[in-house]
Amino acid sequence: MIALYTLMEGIIAFFLIAGSIFALIGSLGLARMKDFYMRLHGPSKISTLGVGCILLASIAYFSLLESGPSLQELLITIFLFITAPVSAHLLSKSALHQKLERDPRTRGNPEELQEDDDEHTLEESPQGSSKLP
Amino acid sequence: MIRPRKWLPMPLLSVLLLIVWLLLMNSVALGNWLLGGFLAIVIPLITKPFWEEQPRIKKPWLMVRYFFRVLLDIVVANLEASKVILDPRGRARPAFVEYPLELQENFAITMLASTITLTPGTVSAHLRMDGKTLLIHALDVGDIDDMKRHIHERYERTLKEIFEC
Repeated sequence: MIALYTLMEGIIAFFLIAGSIFALIGSLGLARMKDFYMRLHGPSKISTLGVGCILLASIAYFSLLESGPSLQELLITIFLFITAPVSAHLLSKSALHQKLERDPRTRGNPEELQEDDDEHTLEESPQGSSKLP
Repeated sequence: MIRPRKWLPMPLLSVLLLIVWLLLMNSVALGNWLLGGFLAIVIPLITKPFWEEQPRIKKPWLMVRYFFRVLLDIVVANLEASKVILDPRGRARPAFVEYPLELQENFAITMLASTITLTPGTVSAHLRMDGKTLLIHALDVGDIDDMKRHIHERYERTLKEIFEC
């Protein structure tokens, strides 16, 4: 019985530590990356897994060691997975709109970032603006 | 698959509401089933005018497989992104990629864009007004065409099967 208890605690501790490490790396990405678009990658992906791991630990703790099964935390995970991509998308959309500078090594030159005297034509021309087939 | 009825316009939303209610209350007592079921029927009826036309999910079991595939890819994505961030020499190879969309349904495109953001090295940055091109920013990519093919084969084709075929 005590061995099982220790094992459970070990698993919970593992998830907690893994989660915190991922969260730390995600925030480190914010500081280390060169331009806005690259910085966006850290928080949108890594923190999702970081929080996911911590919530798994929380589910395991309350289900196994405290009173009965507890799945409330799943809701947080689900909402996070739905909202994180949307906020990342909107952030990069507004960054493109402001034509924020990008890292010189970035390949590809989307028309959204090309210098243009009349900014509005891009958004308002509904068809045929794509260069791809 | 449950068919939509007059008193049950969006069965999937109703099921989702019931599950969310039960999870929020953290109990499966009869009272919660009744109240959750009541809300799951009434809320879609009231909010129906605000909803866009919902696409039919044609292959629910494929959807389940897709969910687990994405879940696995999220873990892989995190390990890869961590590697790029922690790389002391900072050799990331960022790129903007214009991805030609084959999907047409709004909801399916939303799912694809979210998947791209959550999975290896890519954030969907912008959907052009014509709805045919998705602008993707990749953190570390070698061959751009290879990446496009990967997204198409792994995600877009499955989504197309789920919603459109």
